[in-house]
Amino acid sequence: MNSRKNILSAKIDALTYRAKVLSSVRRYFDHSDFVEVETPVAVLAPAAEEYIECPRAGDFFLRSSPELQMKRLLCAGMEKIYQIGPCFRAGENGRLHRSEFSMLEWYMAGSSYMDLLDFTRGMVRTVAHELNGSGILHFRGQTVDLDADWEIIPVREAFRKFAGESADKLAEEEGLFELVLTDRVEPNLPKDRPCVMIDYPIRFGAFARAKQEDPTLAERWELYIGGVELSNTYGELCDPQIQRQRFHDFAETRKRNNLAEYPEPTAFLEAMDEGMRDSAGSAMGFDRLVMLLAGADTIQDVSFPQDS
Amino acid sequence: MYSAADLKKGLKIEIDGDPYVITDFDFCKPGKGTALYRCKLKNMVTGSTMDRTFRPVDKVGRPDLEEREMYYSYADGDSYIFSDAETYEEIPISAEMLGEKTYFLIENSLCNGLFFNGKLIDITLPTFIEKTITETEPGVRGDTASSNVMKPAKIDNGYEIMVPLFINIGDVVKIDTRTGAYAERVSKG
Repeated sequence: MNSRKNILSAKIDALTYRAKVLSSVRRYFDHSDFVEVETPVAVLAPAAEEYIECPRAGDFFLRSSPELQMKRLLCAGMEKIYQIGPCFRAGENGRLHRSEFSMLEWYMAGSSYMDLLDFTRGMVRTVAHELNGSGILHFRGQTVDLDADWEIIPVREAFRKFAGESADKLAEEEGLFELVLTDRVEPNLPKDRPCVMIDYPIRFGAFARAKQEDPTLAERWELYIGGVELSNTYGELCDPQIQRQRFHDFAETRKRNNLAEYPEPTAFLEAMDEGMRDSAGSAMGFDRLVMLLAGADTIQDVSFPQDS
Repeated sequence: MYSAADLKKGLKIEIDGDPYVITDFDFCKPGKGTALYRCKLKNMVTGSTMDRTFRPVDKVGRPDLEEREMYYSYADGDSYIFSDAETYEEIPISAEMLGEKTYFLIENSLCNGLFFNGKLIDITLPTFIEKTITETEPGVRGDTASSNVMKPAKIDNGYEIMVPLFINIGDVVKIDTRTGAYAERVSKG
């Protein structure tokens, strides 16, 4: 009964739906004058982040995101670019994680992270209407109205309100911020409409610039739909010296946790040295977007099965 | 000790001196942060459940659990006495711990005893036991053995069970002790 062929046969509808989401997303970006780009999947130096593991492929790493290469295109003068393609994060498997997944990532030069909120809102609503004929989603027993006003909650306020904790204080000890976030903050975020958590402690803005009014906060927001973290957006850090310092700090954290060392992304830093315009960028889990639109419980339900 | 990365569904762990089994498990990684391991846990002694999330730095206790073969011997007030298949040592377990299993005890049947820190906390019965039906309404004429319609019946100790319509008083039936449900008819009464 559960032969591999049967498992695939049962997925034909979901995979067909997925293809329609893909076309709809591309259409929206194309109509918004974005250029679709393709950057290498195998890279010499991945975007070194503290807790993301890139699988090795010979002399290369499989990318965990296309961030560094897309930013090099920004530095080279491209203005509105997007990409949809496979990314890899070793050891991540769960209802909302796959070690190989599809990322939808886009950058806009001359825009702020708040401009990207408007863009994301328009994109998500339009795709939902094209696919489902309405902005209403049914996900894990909840009804989400994408057309309702999106709730915007500063991170500090959310932690205070839902957990009675200081986000800045929790950020000082490894893993505590994340623990309170998943156990006590995320479950309490509004689920009848999309919700945006905004302005993270600067420690959680790997590639984000600091807010001008308050440099202890990063220009970063995360979109939650139905309680699921769907996309991450930064006002991009354009200062190569600060970026170098962060890579250095990440490397220290990785060393302390006995994680693999990554080579310095020289080409990326050189591009930044020559100048990067003010920009904002977003990364969205494409599998999660399909899952939410389809009303599926897990991203596994809307993806080709990972053979084990 | 286990490290958090060892956690998975079905693993038995110890928290605050109690043994728990992980009944549901999910990996998550909020906002590019550290990995988290979200577990639903069932207390193996009390049966109560709770949610617990572990960080990669967390260490998790490994419970001292041991399984031993035991024969069911006899009831003694609110306790049920099992004897160790090797040493013949008699060990009691309370009716409360056994729950519905008390209905399926058969003298001298070989069971599995689960010990936590040397104390008997659970018994796994033989998967199937046979019992005689002592009470049930006659099935309606025309019902067939293939029918899915069920009716209530009782076994000698008063346990109520749903059986197919063709089962009559005096029939011996097989019961699945994991679910307490009817499995098949063994013989007609």
